[in-house]
Amino acid sequence: MSSLWPELERLLGEVQKPARYIGCEDGMILPAHHPDKAAWLLIYPDTYEVGLPNQGLQILYEILNERPDAVAERSYAPWTDLAAALRREGLPLFSLDTHRAAGDFDLLAFNLSAELVYTNLLECLDLAGVPIRTADRGPEHPLVLVGGHCSYNPEPLADFIDAAVLGDGEEAVSEISEVVAAWKAQGRTSREDVLLALAGVTGVYVPSLYTVGFRDDGILDVVRPLHPAVPELVEKRTVADLADWPYPKNQLVSLTEVVHDRLNVEVFRGCTRGCRFCQAGMITRPVRERPAEQVRTMVAEGLRRTGYDEVALTSLSTADFSGITEVLADTVSDDACGQVSVSLPSLRVDAFTVGIAAQIQRARRTGLTFAPEAGTWRMRQVINKLVREEDLYGAVESAFSQGWRRVKLYFLTGLPTETDEDTLGIIEMAEKCVEIGRRHQKGASVTISVGAFVPKPFTPFQWFGQNTEQELNRKVGLLRDAARKAKGVQLKWHDTRASVVEGLLSRGDRRMGAVIEDVWRNGGVFQEWGEHFALSLWTDAMDRHGVSFEEHVYRHRHEDEALPWDHLCAGLHKDFLWQDWRDALDEVGLEDCRWTPCYDCGACTGYGIEHVVASATPPAGGSQGTGQELGPDRVGAVPVGLSQRRPPIVEQSVEPNLLPAGAER
Amino acid sequence: MSVVANPRIRIRFSKQGKVRFTSHRDVARIWERALRRVALPVAYSEGFSPRPKISYGLALPTGYASEAEYLDVELDREQAEALGLVSQGIPGNPQDGLIGRLNQVLPVGIRVQAIAPVQPGSSSLQQAVVACTWEFEVDAAGFDEVEAWVSRVLDADEIIVERERKGKQVTDDVRPLVEALEVGRGRCGASGETVRVTAVLGTRPRALRPVELLEAMLADPAAGPHPPLSARTVCRMQQWMLRESQESQEYQESQQSQESQESKEDIKITQGDARVEPLSVDAGPAALVETRV
Ligand code: SF4
Repeated sequence: MSSLWPELERLLGEVQKPARYIGCEDGMILPAHHPDKAAWLLIYPDTYEVGLPNQGLQILYEILNERPDAVAERSYAPWTDLAAALRREGLPLFSLDTHRAAGDFDLLAFNLSAELVYTNLLECLDLAGVPIRTADRGPEHPLVLVGGHCSYNPEPLADFIDAAVLGDGEEAVSEISEVVAAWKAQGRTSREDVLLALAGVTGVYVPSLYTVGFRDDGILDVVRPLHPAVPELVEKRTVADLADWPYPKNQLVSLTEVVHDRLNVEVFRGCTRGCRFCQAGMITRPVRERPAEQVRTMVAEGLRRTGYDEVALTSLSTADFSGITEVLADTVSDDACGQVSVSLPSLRVDAFTVGIAAQIQRARRTGLTFAPEAGTWRMRQVINKLVREEDLYGAVESAFSQGWRRVKLYFLTGLPTETDEDTLGIIEMAEKCVEIGRRHQKGASVTISVGAFVPKPFTPFQWFGQNTEQELNRKVGLLRDAARKAKGVQLKWHDTRASVVEGLLSRGDRRMGAVIEDVWRNGGVFQEWGEHFALSLWTDAMDRHGVSFEEHVYRHRHEDEALPWDHLCAGLHKDFLWQDWRDALDEVGLEDCRWTPCYDCGACTGYGIEHVVASATPPAGGSQGTGQELGPDRVGAVPVGLSQRRPPIVEQSVEPNLLPAGAER
Repeated sequence: MSVVANPRIRIRFSKQGKVRFTSHRDVARIWERALRRVALPVAYSEGFSPRPKISYGLALPTGYASEAEYLDVELDREQAEALGLVSQGIPGNPQDGLIGRLNQVLPVGIRVQAIAPVQPGSSSLQQAVVACTWEFEVDAAGFDEVEAWVSRVLDADEIIVERERKGKQVTDDVRPLVEALEVGRGRCGASGETVRVTAVLGTRPRALRPVELLEAMLADPAAGPHPPLSARTVCRMQQWMLRESQESQEYQESQQSQESQESKEDIKITQGDARVEPLSVDAGPAALVETRV
């Protein structure tokens, strides 16, 4: 179990960006391995620059290393040049902390934040010298775990992983460590023993202990436990109070440049705004705020310890944090921190937000980003992103008048019920924003970034048949033509081919495993990188294994149809999601339950927990997820129909008409 | 706004071990964070994106180690005076505990060796450095082979290399930049004896890297059979600049001499009087003496 550094050192001279592989970060831990301890290798299956800042991985790294019965190190997917060099020299995947072989660890735990990295998971296992298929592993091999948002539908990876951990990992990793340490103490008996014991930990799903049935027409029927001791429904884990988990305490500071290269402090977890396309908002409910005092301490100490001059207050919608104004004022005026800039990665679309942005960005007023997500009010009601035009234009006006020169707007296309009018509404909004901007600055410009909508599990849109690649291309074409005529509007869009593959993996069942393996065997790694993505690798593999986009991606799911993740639980009742889907089609909005009565979606009620929010009223101003001006007394016309958990619709025999007139299908 | 220039300090540091795989740009960022952590009152530029006023010397290629890296840091005059760091424009005693504090916050492998004030009006590191002393081990070659290579380099009238500059391929004769070359024996752990080369390579008009020299000779068909030389554990041992008073005159001379073949011998390193290190370390390695195997 010695360090591979001397061998690796010789290879680093021949690869790009060798600093990716040296570790040595400020905050790095060099744990003392011991036969009695469960040794975790936490792997982010993408490049170091993308993976290092991942907060989830860093939190578990610290928690595990604080335990007496566990150690944890880190690894990231080696770029193709180093992977080739490792294979040539017969060297394995290694940890960055002590540069030891991945195969020497007891657990290889992958953080899965995006579906397109799935083939990298196989690549990492293979480089580690671990059989890629669960069935081929023995007690001597590491256990392969996955966590992160994608683990809510791990079925496409069922052949390759030993277990998936659902939800917050803070508590679950400790229980898993106990199970694995005990298994080691018993002399690593059979693999079945440890897998059964792991399945007994709440939040842990062991795919090999379940069987999958299909109907005659090839549609998934049911996923059933194979063993009496394993649960029929695997529940997610939720940490009740973030105040108990002030992690990471020593954020890793990379020696080389990475994305989000700054201090990151998580101010709350969960979001109940209820955007229907947003998986993160649905699966991380309820809202759990960190106490403002703890945020202040983590910011001040973090800046002093790291030497960063930028801090991001992270969450799914930071302007909603109770007491955001005060926390920001304290941060900006703390002399000990010097010239600090604060960034709020997810801005709410309203003037209040621009106000706080102005407070924190006194110097660098280059660009501000908002996400109205859809171009018409009708469309935004469907997706429950209840930003009114006044909100956006108010925000834009206030940004340009206060010195910002560029505004970036995020939109989705391919949304349920989207018509060409909705699509083109994106450009109209952007043009209006430029017009407002030019009143204040001659060179005002607006960049719009359009992504293709991919339906995700555990969202109200999980039943929606994703737009075909052709349809998405047609919409992008409409946008390009319109943008060309619009002054001051720049358009960027995502690769629609990658979106349909993402769709295949996000809602796929176990039959995707053969496709993933096939793509990997044909050299398909780093598929989330444009330079490596190849649609033909996927379509060829799909042809060979009888998988089609038509059936698995473009088809609308029926209400009575089993979904591949039905035996897993993200806290949300399926009937709540179905009702929300019906509301979406009826263009009915749903208010944020943080500040209103509960709809019993299940996320709190199912686990006996509740929101942890310091203030009973939302931070001032703007649209509060309802499209209303919510003053303290909450008066005024309500521009949307607010659904207060309407009685379920009984008659549902008619397939909702989801497609815009004239759209091809 | 004050017309008196801000005081500057010069820091000399080493870069060894794993951290040597960081780039020049990475090192700059490491320094910015370290200086903030020790709360040194660094001067900032004006404008939309204020930047700390720090200047770095000649870039060290990624992967090379060094015993002689430098940076100059401009201090905010008012803050520095308030902290008692300066009087009359000259930093008083910035070494006061600063080396220790910096070494505490710098990553393993980057070590501050010395800090001293920079005389007002002296030229920047980029402008001042004229040559570097390098040491490297040569892979897969015996002492005799390397010795033969050294002779061939020193006997050559010209050494043409193709290099990329600003995206364009350019052809340079780098022979004038080889100021001294020496071969010696070293030891390397269990693998036994290694062959070590010490080279003094000029930096003007463009710095010559050890690997470029090794590759240049390999690529020369006229040189005949040649050991496949490749360098590892390359380490910059010293950087050299001209004494302030001689700088402008000598630079002109050396520029002229590069144009005439005959005067090549004249520009060989003559240390002691003409050349100094930007900041020397008391316990640093001894200066290289004139070499010709
Ligand atoms: S259980 Fe109720 S309060 Fe909790 S997230 Fe769901 S709807 Fe909101």
